[in-house]
Amino acid sequence: MTTPALTLRNVRKNFGPAKIIQGVDLEIKKGERHAIIGPNGAGKSTLFNLISGLYSLSDGEVALNGAIISGRKPYQINRMGLSRSFQVSNIFSNMTVRENVRCGVLYSMGYGYSFLRNIGKLKEVSEKTADILESVGLIDKANLPAALLPYADQRTLEIAVTIAGGADVILLDEPTAGMSHSETARAVALIEKATEGKTLLIVEHDMGVVFGLADRISVLVYGEIIATGAPSEIRGDPRVREAYLGDEADAIEGGDAA
Amino acid sequence: MSDASNIPTRNLAPSNSAKFRQRVLPFIVMAAIFAIIPLFGPSRTMLSLFNAMGTFMVFALSYNMLLGRAGLLSFGHAVYFGIGGYFCVHAMSWIENAETGIWANYPVFFLPIIGFAGGALAGAIVGWPSCRRAGTPFAMISLGVAELIAAAAFMFSSLSGGEMGISGDRMNGPQLFGLSMGPAIDVYWFVAFWTVVATALMYAFTRTPLGKMSEATRDNPERVQFVGYNPFRVRYMVFMFAGGFAGLAGGMSAVNYEIFTPEALSLGPSGLVLLMAYIGGIRYFAGPLLGAIVLTYMQSNLSDFSEAWLLYLGILFISIVMFAPDGLAGIIANFIRGTKAQGWIFLKRWSIGAAGILIAMIGVITLVESAVLASNGFGEVFEPFGLVHLKMSNPLTWILSLFPMAIGIVLVRHMAKLSEEA
Repeated sequence: MTTPALTLRNVRKNFGPAKIIQGVDLEIKKGERHAIIGPNGAGKSTLFNLISGLYSLSDGEVALNGAIISGRKPYQINRMGLSRSFQVSNIFSNMTVRENVRCGVLYSMGYGYSFLRNIGKLKEVSEKTADILESVGLIDKANLPAALLPYADQRTLEIAVTIAGGADVILLDEPTAGMSHSETARAVALIEKATEGKTLLIVEHDMGVVFGLADRISVLVYGEIIATGAPSEIRGDPRVREAYLGDEADAIEGGDAA
Repeated sequence: MSDASNIPTRNLAPSNSAKFRQRVLPFIVMAAIFAIIPLFGPSRTMLSLFNAMGTFMVFALSYNMLLGRAGLLSFGHAVYFGIGGYFCVHAMSWIENAETGIWANYPVFFLPIIGFAGGALAGAIVGWPSCRRAGTPFAMISLGVAELIAAAAFMFSSLSGGEMGISGDRMNGPQLFGLSMGPAIDVYWFVAFWTVVATALMYAFTRTPLGKMSEATRDNPERVQFVGYNPFRVRYMVFMFAGGFAGLAGGMSAVNYEIFTPEALSLGPSGLVLLMAYIGGIRYFAGPLLGAIVLTYMQSNLSDFSEAWLLYLGILFISIVMFAPDGLAGIIANFIRGTKAQGWIFLKRWSIGAAGILIAMIGVITLVESAVLASNGFGEVFEPFGLVHLKMSNPLTWILSLFPMAIGIVLVRHMAKLSEEA
């Protein structure tokens, strides 16, 4: 059996007396597209922050490709091959689009903290940056300041920076939030293309996106995973319907259509 | 993905001629200006003004490595300037007293390198605790460190010379480029050399991976972690470089004045360099250079005209913060951009604003000068060009202060309205 890309064992997080994550066990296979859904306040973003190292775990452990990553710093985890995006667009706003992507590329190409190289003369970095810009369709906007991009393009750039370092496990936090229908469709196509062959863990509210994209889905409610399975299993699971009320339950049932 | 590496749209970097215009030409012009100045036979006073300008240009640029490029607001940057300078005055006396060995063969011309080492070392020590957080904690620690080191310098007088400071003699050791370092013109060439070299090096730094990541860390310290960088380490390395270049400026100052006192690393010069960088414009590389030139000039010349020059400096600083946060460089860039885009319409609007500011200044100057002279108690009276006799009790004084201020404000507001409509 191959090592899973991501393993969570009994992950817990308390903020004071509040138990936000109450023992999550999860195994994500290499190349799998896994979605985490759940009502607001279920702890989805907290779970992302625990996996990516922004928060420290109260108990349990997280392993990336078999190596324990819990307790490590975010940048160490990133160097081991995990990258993430943020719910609120978190790009480098005073830089151009191209410079943003270049920042994502630099470390992985071995230029780390170098202060003796002219960044403009690093051929492979420029090439890789242009490749990424081309593949996400931002090449025509490469020299625009990132802060001036339309919202959907900022989210695209966020994904571009996230994949730029070549990480093989990608965490995306609500990548289509706030997008129109057509923008969402384009974003899904982009995510599928950009994470080809990689392991994807995604938090998303749009059930159409979730059921269209994910190989497996986990349902997180009050810090616990109440169900994990293929989209068809999740849709039929009575516990999931119970956890969701009203609109969202309908959304799950009509997931394919949306 | 494609291998279409030769399709023109992929060539995202600026063209070679644009690169030359933006990145090389300014340095050639700068070096040329420094080379031309002596041809006009400047007086000793002028030379010492230029020497001070060069030193502050390097100092202000090093400060902007922190404030503008890394987003680190420091209230104690003179510490590194001072420590670099102290290293150099001590080294000057080692050179003077050495018979053999390294110091006997070390030219005074290269003392700024020692200053760089001293400043970078101090940065390495202070930066270790202070660069862990940006924002308010960093600013507070920098303030505390500045107070602490200045106080310590006054106490450890064997190292610092106490209030009298330590002096040295620059006319020792081997000569370089035929400069005995005695006459002011020799010091001028020394300052010019190091100003151009340090400016070029600091510009080059902004083009390195570390320099770019320092901007990324400024914009978003959380995000840089997910492209593999430790924000503390980025800040720490930038901090050491900034300390190093401040120390280099300290070395220039040590050779120029041949004395260093603990005053040089206190809060006063730390505040001055902040003003220089900010007034010049922290978002532009050349901003701090402009700020250093203007403020050094004000410091040395305006202080001859008016006792209240610090007040004018304060008004300038507050006006920049409130109305032109991108500083003098921002004003110039905006002027060029506007003229190119809108031509005469922009120029017309701009001249209305400029006239408004000038007229308002007449009012401010009248008020400040009459008030300062009245409060001095020497019975002096402000008499601009010997035309009018402006006592505080004279209604004309109040008319000449308040009326131009009002007209100026009306004109500037009119300009602001015009630009909004445009």
